[in-house]
Amino acid sequence: MDFSLSAEQREIRELALKFAKNEMIPHAQEYDEHGKFPTEIFKKAWELGLINACIPAEYGGAGFSSIDGVIIGEALAYGCMGMNTSFMANDLALLPIVIGGSDEQKKRFLTPFTQEFKIASFCLTEPGNGSDAGGIKTQIKDGGDHWIVNGEKMWITNAGYADLFVVYGTIDPNLKHKGISAVVVDPKTSGIEIGKKEDKMGHRSSDTRGIRFNNVKVPKENMLGNPGDGWNIAMSTLDHSRPLVASSALGGAQRAMDLSVHYAKERNQFGVPLAKHQAIQFMIAEMGMKIEAARLLVYKSAWLCDQGVRNTEVASYAKAFASDSCMQITTDAVQIYGGYGYSKEYPVEKLMRDAKLIQIYEGTSQIQRLVMARELLK
Amino acid sequence: MNIFVCVKQVPDTETKITPTGDGSFIETASIKWIMNPYDEFAVEQALLVKQANPAATVTVVRVGSKKDTEALIPALAMGADEAALVEAADNLDSYSIAKALKGAIEKTGKKPDIILAGKQAIDDDCLQVPQILAEMMGLPSVSVIVGFEMNGTTIKVKREVEGGALEVYEVNAPVVLACNKGLNTPRYPSLPGLMKAKKKPMATYSLSDVGVSDADRRVKYSGFRLPPEKPAGKKFDATDAAKQKDVVAQVVGLLRTEAKVI
Amino acid sequence: MANVLVFTELHDGHVKPVTLEILGKLAGQSADVAVIGDIGADQVAVLAKCGAQNVHKLKSAQLDKYSPEGYANALADFIKTKSYDYVFAGATSMGKDLLPRLATKFNAGLASDVVNFAMDGGAFAGTRPLFAGKCLAKVELTGPKPHFVSIRPNALGMTEGVAAGAGNAADVAANAGEIRAVIKEIIKAASAKVDLTEANIIVTGGRAMKNAENFKILNEMADVIGATVGASRAAVDSGFAPHAMQVGQTGKTVAPSLYIACGVSGAIQHLAGMRTSKVIVAINTDPDAPIFTKADYGIVGDLFTIVPILTEEFKKLLGK
Repeated sequence: MDFSLSAEQREIRELALKFAKNEMIPHAQEYDEHGKFPTEIFKKAWELGLINACIPAEYGGAGFSSIDGVIIGEALAYGCMGMNTSFMANDLALLPIVIGGSDEQKKRFLTPFTQEFKIASFCLTEPGNGSDAGGIKTQIKDGGDHWIVNGEKMWITNAGYADLFVVYGTIDPNLKHKGISAVVVDPKTSGIEIGKKEDKMGHRSSDTRGIRFNNVKVPKENMLGNPGDGWNIAMSTLDHSRPLVASSALGGAQRAMDLSVHYAKERNQFGVPLAKHQAIQFMIAEMGMKIEAARLLVYKSAWLCDQGVRNTEVASYAKAFASDSCMQITTDAVQIYGGYGYSKEYPVEKLMRDAKLIQIYEGTSQIQRLVMARELLK
Repeated sequence: MNIFVCVKQVPDTETKITPTGDGSFIETASIKWIMNPYDEFAVEQALLVKQANPAATVTVVRVGSKKDTEALIPALAMGADEAALVEAADNLDSYSIAKALKGAIEKTGKKPDIILAGKQAIDDDCLQVPQILAEMMGLPSVSVIVGFEMNGTTIKVKREVEGGALEVYEVNAPVVLACNKGLNTPRYPSLPGLMKAKKKPMATYSLSDVGVSDADRRVKYSGFRLPPEKPAGKKFDATDAAKQKDVVAQVVGLLRTEAKVI
Repeated sequence: MANVLVFTELHDGHVKPVTLEILGKLAGQSADVAVIGDIGADQVAVLAKCGAQNVHKLKSAQLDKYSPEGYANALADFIKTKSYDYVFAGATSMGKDLLPRLATKFNAGLASDVVNFAMDGGAFAGTRPLFAGKCLAKVELTGPKPHFVSIRPNALGMTEGVAAGAGNAADVAANAGEIRAVIKEIIKAASAKVDLTEANIIVTGGRAMKNAENFKILNEMADVIGATVGASRAAVDSGFAPHAMQVGQTGKTVAPSLYIACGVSGAIQHLAGMRTSKVIVAINTDPDAPIFTKADYGIVGDLFTIVPILTEEFKKLLGK
């Protein structure tokens, strides 16, 4: 057993962290305050190869492993969890193509993302169903030489900026899971109405909107796999994406701890630094313990993915534990900062707001526990 | 055109420095090492020259101990073509480092046209190596440069001196130039660049390979220690109008004689 | 006793103060001074008063402007005709550029940016900061002589009561040799104030400034001491100053040699942005203001009366 990263992985981490510290952290508060989409920073990250880590080498990608992907994800989330949601959404949208697409589709859809800066959206959630993804209402009907998409999607990351949508719908609601199918849609197609940007508690720089599809024509060759393959593609995508989403919680938690340690050493109360008070020491110790455990889960879930071993159970452990820990750690960071922590002048309240969303999206912490229980009790 | 860039690996600026128990150097075990920040401007300048002269090669050279994450790798990932590492202790003096750099440059068999370096390394803060190297190699040099324009083999550089004034030099290659912040904006190494960096040639030498021995040491350091703690400040009461002038005069006097800042 | 040469550079025909600091500290050694170009009898007298025995004026038509090669060649030629044990100079822009090259002409060592030293039995032992001043170390020189030392300006201070030297001045015909890197032009610094992050002296106003107009008194003081004016977050939020002037966690982090805080209470976010300043002066009416915990020199009083007096005192001190 070897717990160490390779020299290459350490270099990847250094590079991504340098980018996070120099290009993301200095702007994070401003983008949060104004809810500004980080186009320039996103593009710069893409130029450095930090985006679309999931694209295989044969389609022009860097050929990163899942472990490499979570190393990059953690570092970018360290810079800003909100911006990282926009960055990560590209991977979430492209993964179904990597997993379920044909060779021709991969060339057609993935390679352009390696040649120029492009943004993608993963369109699964609907107004009426979030966690119950099997209850999808959006319809994909056979229109002869094309598919016709009708329905409404909600909470779609990057929706206002995307060059590509991956849309999940059903060919027949009566078929339940077996009717779910995935198509790649050009956002410029007529009949697509993109809603206004949601005013969110956190991740305010990421662009989140509803999308309405009104008789949207999609070429036949844009369906991933066969009609009805959507559910399996989605589930397999989650096995790949959960470690990544968990890594973003890890990055946010690490930043909250680093800030807390720094502040606890600097701020004096009762004539000594906060760090000398046992109450603060215990909170810091708890942070360190949870981050270490979360990192091991995140790495293991990604490693299983790289070994081609089913990681559903461990990936859920990683996603739930990392995001719940991130929430606790960022909350404690605000506590350590005291009154200053509650002020927008200091960076920790933003971390606390950002942490909350990671417990909710990509499978809530409760859904993760259902997955764990299902795996454990089967 | 052969361009050489001298880089050093130094403790990250946020590092807490702790002298060793015997005061012979600092504790290096848990240090995070980075490329000397001023050297990034040197690497970037080399790459800008290469962009304008595609046939040029950029070789990065470093003297120091092997590190967990090698500073030569980001330089290669930024776009340098090859690298050389002279393995040595991290507390060599400037004279030995300059002699080792000269040896490593000569080992490549390439005649240098431009040698770039950072104006200083942020560990020993000596500001010596580029000038020593220039003198050892019989080359002209300009240090603390913040501007660079090349026309054929003629190079116009701006050197920053006290108060922000600039000396504009004209010099023909070959030349040694020591770079300051403000010269350019260093690019980031890209991830694809990092992958390619692995495949680029990196030579490794010992100090004796490049003709340097203990006898080349010119500066001896000992007694590394933390600076004394800042003593508690002095507080003066100037609420009484009659005494205000005397109190202020006293503080101004202390600023000159004691604090020596004015 | 060691034979020492001190190289002095000139500023408007005057020797730089660091030369006098070095001469004072060298009391008890035999010290000569070398200058490139000409200096008047008054300057020779100043050097003699600080202990200079001989003042060598190196003259050559090629040396009217600084060049690392010309200066190094001329000084090396001259030094070779003497038997100096040590050559000292100030660690100024020129000293830092010139001395490494000059020392290497003798294959000799250079201890640079030394902040203190002693000549024990004629042997140099100095102290210099490393790692941006995070630690200090003892520095000694070995190998061929002469040994070279550069001294950080303002570090040694002036020594009083040094035995005067003879101050014999003589011209030396100097040889600049081949100069390949030539100064074509000197661009004077823009008259605009240096940025807060680079300023050597900063004067900051807090909420107690009351309004934007009152910053005038800070500007007047700043002009006298060559400072850049900053503001606390409270002053910026109250609209007394633009955000570009804000010092602190959400403004600029600064580390000047001298920081003068006027009517700044010292909120932690402000302290975080300026606590690494070398010397901090605070003026506040509240004797318990947190800023006083960080101040080297605290003045309890009303800034509107104290600042104008400070300005006058600085004028006197600086002969303005």
